[in-house]
Amino acid sequence: MDFNITTVLLPEVMMAAMSMILLALGLLVPYGARKSMMPLTVFTLIGVLGYTVYDFFYGPHATFLQGMYMHDQFAVYFKLLFLAAALLVVLSSRDYVQKLAEHRYKFYSLLLSATLGMMLMAGAGELITMYVGLELMTISFYILVAYLANDARSSEAGIKYLVLGGASSAILLYGISLIYGLTGSTELAGIASQLGGSLTPASLLATVFLLAGLGFKISLVPFHLWAPDIYEGAPTPVTAFLAIASKAAAFAVLIRVYLVTMNSQSFSLTGQTLLIVLAAMTMILGNLIAIPQTNIKRMLAYSSIAQAGYLMVGIIAESVAGIKGVLFYAMIYVFANMGAFAVATHVAERQDSDEIKDFAGLWRRSPLAAVVMTASLLSLAGIPPLAGFVGKFYLFSAVMDQGYTAIAYIGFVMSMVSVYYYLSVVKVMFLNEGEGLPDVPVHGALKFTLVFTMLITLVIGLYPTPLAQMAIAAAQSLFR
Amino acid sequence: MSALPTVSTLSMLLPFTLLAPLAAMLLIVFMPKEESKMIKLVAAMGMFVSLVLSLYAFFQYDQSLGGMQFTLTIPWIPDLGVNLAFGVDGLSLPMLLLTNLIGFSAIYASWNMEKRVKEYFILLLILIAGVMGTFIARDLFIFFLFYEIVVIPIYIMVIIWGSTKRVSKEYAGMKLTIYLLIGSAFLLVGMIALYLAAAAKGNPTFMFDQLAARQSLYSPAFQKVAFALMLFGFGSLISMVPFHSWSPDGYAGAPTAVSMIHAGVLKKIGGYGLIRLGVYVLPLGAKYWAPLIAVLAIGNVLYAAFIALAQKDLKYVVGYSSVSHMGYVLIAIAALNPTAMNGAVAMMFAHGVMAALFFAMIGFIYEKTHTRNIADLGGLAHQVPRLAIGFMIAGLASLGLPGTVNFISEFTIFMGAIKVYPVQTVLGIAGIIFTAVYILRTIANVMFGPRRSEWDHLTDLRGPELVPLVVLGFVIFLGGIFPNILMGIINSGVNSSGLAKVLETVSQATMGGLF
Repeated sequence: MDFNITTVLLPEVMMAAMSMILLALGLLVPYGARKSMMPLTVFTLIGVLGYTVYDFFYGPHATFLQGMYMHDQFAVYFKLLFLAAALLVVLSSRDYVQKLAEHRYKFYSLLLSATLGMMLMAGAGELITMYVGLELMTISFYILVAYLANDARSSEAGIKYLVLGGASSAILLYGISLIYGLTGSTELAGIASQLGGSLTPASLLATVFLLAGLGFKISLVPFHLWAPDIYEGAPTPVTAFLAIASKAAAFAVLIRVYLVTMNSQSFSLTGQTLLIVLAAMTMILGNLIAIPQTNIKRMLAYSSIAQAGYLMVGIIAESVAGIKGVLFYAMIYVFANMGAFAVATHVAERQDSDEIKDFAGLWRRSPLAAVVMTASLLSLAGIPPLAGFVGKFYLFSAVMDQGYTAIAYIGFVMSMVSVYYYLSVVKVMFLNEGEGLPDVPVHGALKFTLVFTMLITLVIGLYPTPLAQMAIAAAQSLFR
Repeated sequence: MSALPTVSTLSMLLPFTLLAPLAAMLLIVFMPKEESKMIKLVAAMGMFVSLVLSLYAFFQYDQSLGGMQFTLTIPWIPDLGVNLAFGVDGLSLPMLLLTNLIGFSAIYASWNMEKRVKEYFILLLILIAGVMGTFIARDLFIFFLFYEIVVIPIYIMVIIWGSTKRVSKEYAGMKLTIYLLIGSAFLLVGMIALYLAAAAKGNPTFMFDQLAARQSLYSPAFQKVAFALMLFGFGSLISMVPFHSWSPDGYAGAPTAVSMIHAGVLKKIGGYGLIRLGVYVLPLGAKYWAPLIAVLAIGNVLYAAFIALAQKDLKYVVGYSSVSHMGYVLIAIAALNPTAMNGAVAMMFAHGVMAALFFAMIGFIYEKTHTRNIADLGGLAHQVPRLAIGFMIAGLASLGLPGTVNFISEFTIFMGAIKVYPVQTVLGIAGIIFTAVYILRTIANVMFGPRRSEWDHLTDLRGPELVPLVVLGFVIFLGGIFPNILMGIINSGVNSSGLAKVLETVSQATMGGLF
């Protein structure tokens, strides 16, 4: 095919370059004159995002480097998602990062490199490229999670993430090496044709290991135990990025792996039977454990575990409709979760507390923040007219269409159970006057982020067609 | 399906009816919160516009033509086959009018609200618009969307403006919300199953009439399962025994306006849904489950009436009475014949008006005396005669006194149901006796008896407070004395919408019931 490889890889190249430039600038510019770091990052992300939007609709779409790297609408859709998430995180966390003293330039640099890793994961057509992207993302996150070096909880979270993440990478790598040993290929299409209908203990083990390694990133039950501690300890913007984008990246890989290889026996066995059980457990446990949480970040951590369960349901369907559901839901999940985390970041920064009870009377202290929090949580719960409802509808109708009614039941009932703990937060915010707690006015970039996420959540809920069309196009590009 | 919206005459009537309260709500969002008088006026104005438009629709509806009128269809989510479709027929038009009557009265019933007025009216108007949307939707997806919109505002209103009596308002609000949401989860599964079955040959749709037209695609076994799911969902909403326990607690905890709207119209979405979706689209399923519904309905009528006898709190009396009255609606739906179906819709309308008036009056009593305990009250007719009149109108309508619209509807139900379920219907009629006992006992204890000096300082209803009494009381008697205004429209709805035809085929179907 005739196209220029640099134009196709331009977003990735830009991200890598800007990550380096920010790092270099931080070293060159004296402390105190580094205020421009955040605008620079924002402009980079907006530029790359704009190009990616163009790329999605009009760009060339191809596989190149012998199937190592895919540039289809599916990959570009996920890149859009990562970039949007990164942009929102940066916009909403200015004040928070400002407090991180002289190291703050590295924060933005690492954020960009983590985003780059995710973009590579979305495009990877073979397992080594995928692994490289995943490690780039994960290693950036190791540092980001432990960013508050003077804070014991943040350091603890960093160490935990490092140890557990290392173990999960090892498992993943073991799975990849088993697959390579069995098939002599790391390229997905090659693996699928080599494995074919054969079902050996080794091939089954390999697929389970692969699922375990990626399941760790998705925080799929039973690989979820790290999530609450690390979400609680990490700086809130990092938690947001971890909960949203890194999860979506692992989903991108999982979808591609399972769809390309679904004709092989061992993959379809783990992809259907095992995933159904895990998805059901994830939805049930995530939602039930979220109920007694008193810390907003822990609550959001368990809620995001449950959300991963919903997304998993779409993969089980293994149809265009199912993948469309996953893509659609993943995108609106970004905006809903970002709204919630932006409010949590802001309140935490002003009040120095992540406890849900300290959100008391937020409706009076900051009406906008309270309304955005409510809308975001209700969208996560799937209450119409917010976007979450349409998303869940796409996911569960797709899986019911394939005949898996039971999992859809569990999904709907558990999402109604989730209303309980989401509403508990709403109750705290609206019921009391919150005497003695400070005002938390919002302005500037944060205000923009809050209004923007809420508007997107509401508008997509009322008129989902444009995003649904994009998701369909991306899903179909995968089946072509 | 054309890409362009199909426009018929007056097709914008219903969207404007729906948008009027939302426009008022938006206006209130931008008003300073100290301007509480202005906020109330704007809310009342929005509801007035909506009420006038729905009255216009009610009297402009062509009964000889029948079917869906004032329709508007806009393709909305093409890949799912969702249309933003509005329209009313003889079944939904009374419900739309009821929503607006109660919504308008509810604004005035909250006229003395002083606490966080701005938020209160914003939520109240969203709530009313949500309920209205469910009744004018011709598309199942849009129907469900509007239905779920109302759940969250209700929760917030209960926990902030509610009252803690036997149970705390937080508990009442959460119980109500969880019951309705779990019910709606089952409803949603049934709805998706129905949608997928209807789309088996491509061309997915959510439109009620098209779902009904594709009945050949639903096997009897499927209909049974799907109807059971919907019965669970709508049954929780209409407080069918044994899913009724949210209702008295919820009403007792909720502020007056929410009790009015919830007992008056929101609950009726359950009955309306059972008819529109259950009977109309899944007739064989309805036929299969009808005997069970009839038995549960009698459970509603008698069990709730017995409990109402023992209540000490006024709101609990009316709360259980509304559970009891929903039994009549359920038995009428279970009878599956046009007469009873007429009665079911009329009963929903009649009970809505009555319950709203009852809750409004109880709200005023509580506002003035700060108690709802029957034992603490007494002889109020001496001090507040107008309030006593309103209370009595509601009470007498509740026990189905001839001359009130409630009598007409109960009578129609018994006429229709006795042929099908003689035993259950007789038991149901016996329920009226218990209703009379607890209602008359309540009226006697609260309004009559010797004059009590501790209530001498009370002021009677006046000015805006009179609006609910005048509007709702007028409708009760108008419907009772000229029943044809209401029954004509309902009858045209039952007969022209294809429902009568469905009912005829059902009665001929030989499939056995449960009992």
